[in-house]
Amino acid sequence: MFYREAGQFKTSYKADQALFPILQDRIGIAAILLIAFVVIPAFANDFFLTSIMIPFLIFALAAIGLNVLTGYCGQLSLGTGAFMGVGAYAAYKLTSIFPDANVIVMVLVSGVFSAAIGAVFGLPSLRIKGLYLAVTTLAAQFFLEWCFIRIPWLYNYNSSGAIEVPRREMFGFIVTGAEALPITRYFVVLCITAGIAYLMANVLRGRIGRSWMMIRDMDIAAELMGVRPLQTKLMAFAVSSYICGVAGAMMVFFWLNAAEPSSYSIRLSFQILFMVILGGLGSLGGAFMGAAFIWILPVLLKFVPGALGIDIAAETVEHATFMIVGALIIFFLIVEPHGFARLWQIAKQKLRVWPFPY
Amino acid sequence: MKDFKQLALGTAVALGVGLTGLMTPAAQAQDSNYVPLLTYRTGPYAGSGIHIANGMHDYLKMLNERDGGIGGVRLELEECETGYNAQKGVECYEATKGKGALVYNPYSTGITLQLIPKAGVDKIPVLSMGYGLSAAADGNVFPWVFNVPDTYWDGASVVIKYIGEQEGGLENLKGKKIGYLFLDAGYGREPIPLLEQLAEKYGFELLQYPVPGAEMQNQSSQWLNVRRDRPDYMVMWGWGAMNPTAVKEAVKIRFPMDKFIGVWWSAGDDDAAAGGEGAKGYKAMNFSGVGSDFPALADIQKHVIDPGLSSTDADTIGGTLYNRGVLNSVIIAEGIRTAQELTGKKVITGEDMRMGLEALNLDEARLEELGLKGFAHPMKVTCEDHAGSHPVFIQQWDGKKWQQASNWIEPMTDIVRPLLEAAAKDYAEKNAPWPARTEPCPN
Repeated sequence: MFYREAGQFKTSYKADQALFPILQDRIGIAAILLIAFVVIPAFANDFFLTSIMIPFLIFALAAIGLNVLTGYCGQLSLGTGAFMGVGAYAAYKLTSIFPDANVIVMVLVSGVFSAAIGAVFGLPSLRIKGLYLAVTTLAAQFFLEWCFIRIPWLYNYNSSGAIEVPRREMFGFIVTGAEALPITRYFVVLCITAGIAYLMANVLRGRIGRSWMMIRDMDIAAELMGVRPLQTKLMAFAVSSYICGVAGAMMVFFWLNAAEPSSYSIRLSFQILFMVILGGLGSLGGAFMGAAFIWILPVLLKFVPGALGIDIAAETVEHATFMIVGALIIFFLIVEPHGFARLWQIAKQKLRVWPFPY
Repeated sequence: MKDFKQLALGTAVALGVGLTGLMTPAAQAQDSNYVPLLTYRTGPYAGSGIHIANGMHDYLKMLNERDGGIGGVRLELEECETGYNAQKGVECYEATKGKGALVYNPYSTGITLQLIPKAGVDKIPVLSMGYGLSAAADGNVFPWVFNVPDTYWDGASVVIKYIGEQEGGLENLKGKKIGYLFLDAGYGREPIPLLEQLAEKYGFELLQYPVPGAEMQNQSSQWLNVRRDRPDYMVMWGWGAMNPTAVKEAVKIRFPMDKFIGVWWSAGDDDAAAGGEGAKGYKAMNFSGVGSDFPALADIQKHVIDPGLSSTDADTIGGTLYNRGVLNSVIIAEGIRTAQELTGKKVITGEDMRMGLEALNLDEARLEELGLKGFAHPMKVTCEDHAGSHPVFIQQWDGKKWQQASNWIEPMTDIVRPLLEAAAKDYAEKNAPWPARTEPCPN
């Protein structure tokens, strides 16, 4: 009833191939964009922007990056955190080498370095698959993390070993550094995330995305049909690492302001992987839902009791958060192993037939 | 299974609705002074963090219960759990700064580094008591950051000075080997530039043994190297679970414990006790009192612990780290008191607090008034020097508890200070445009 496409006729190929062919989807996406671009900036406070929305968008972008590789191309990777770190350190080096260049361009360019390194570590994927590939990407994670600690050139020989983001301006607005307003940083992050998500939505349903899915579903069949496995897999690694690199650079430039190598540890890789698995492998919307679940839920659980005036010791809340989030992860995976994206599909189906389910 | 799925859908919807609830900013009461405490009672560093958190909380709570706060205004305390994680630390900072926070104590070098640039913008001082960025001692470059009573570089110079004393003079250090075992993070790497400089000056060899944070409970490879290299002394910059592990390993390879010296953060009672009988002789630097024989601590027992207002285990009171937390709160409380005197206001802001901390003068008489005679060396902050390079003493583990093992030792200020200033200048240059100091000096 609410979600029925009956009566919506497509009269041209263009309409048939639109990104959102159904009217309800178009209204929904317009509403989400309206909330993201107008409602949240107008009403949210600094805490909501800096601790919930900005990290959520950055993690969602990283989850899209990993989804390209794991969800669409079927190559399991545990090196996401390190690839994000490559982006962050590359962006840091670029801004210190070219202090006058536009910082957003630097952030976007930093992904190229990440893509190159990702492609190098993707080479073994031609020969090994599944869990064995996960182990080689795990090696990438440890090796790159070691580089961040052991190569002082990467952090400009700071005695603290951390990278610190300097102040940069753009069109009269301070966009990075401590003085940058949360709202400015939010808009930058939102535009980059939305832009890349839109781009990927189109890439994934085109020839490139389909060749990735062919490799995922059956690589021998794909090869017989003319998809070159080496190039396709390496491209998936490069694109995935590029997106992760941009997300990693945004993480330090627009969210944390300073980062230690430990910010890009194996913990981060797992966090992103859980977002992808919970959100739904092979779904862009799922990346956002997974990021929301893994990032926003613990923050909510942590601060809601205080906001409601319930007095619980800080460490009890922390322990409870661990348990609740853990239990919910298990719960959702039992209920729907295909993630939130599948749950959303089921919900759409129910809305379609409501109130007369059959 | 069908009901299950409906339940899952319902949960997802409920979560979405709950999100909107957090968007409304919390109202703030303005008849009290709000002090957020960034603490960690969970995670791999909780073993050290719990005692610090208890000490900080109990002393301020005691002021509330005994005196009704400071200057007649109650303190509103709120703990936020960081888990020693920089991301969560920033989250805590963002969540609490809007409530009129007076000062932040991150208790993590990583979190401190992230808060340093924000402090001047949000006008809330950062008090990193004996940790954080050493260069922040230069008050002209970092007006909003305080690391009284000492920086890590002061500490490193004290260790070398003490080792020199043991050897009968600094000139005897020539040709000696000193091992440096450290947590491989910003914290542990901080003293290396100074140690390297001292090694060059006095002709000793500095051997570095980094311990990665993820591997801190497995130090067998580092100690295997120690056994091979046979350093004359071992110096440790450890925290959390790294400390007891290192003490255990040292006992295992029969390293002479009286030649094993930890920084003040490796001076916990649990850290040394982990080594059992063999840990006897282990030394560590310290700048806060040993034991619970102080009137102020008795007041804590009476007003906070006995009525059950704290989660502190009664037998941990007087432990090194507990006392360290108490000293931290003493500095906060005295900062607030000084700020109230300077401004004439009862309810102060972060800017007033900064002035109060900068004018802090905790002398012998004041310490006695507080019921903490001999608890710490008298300390004074000036506008130029936010650390003050105060003397430190060495304590030794007698198998049951810590005993003071040396007099107060002055850091090598003549070497440390020029390095600090150079490092501060370097930081400001790397983070250009770093704002120049505009805050007036209250002294």
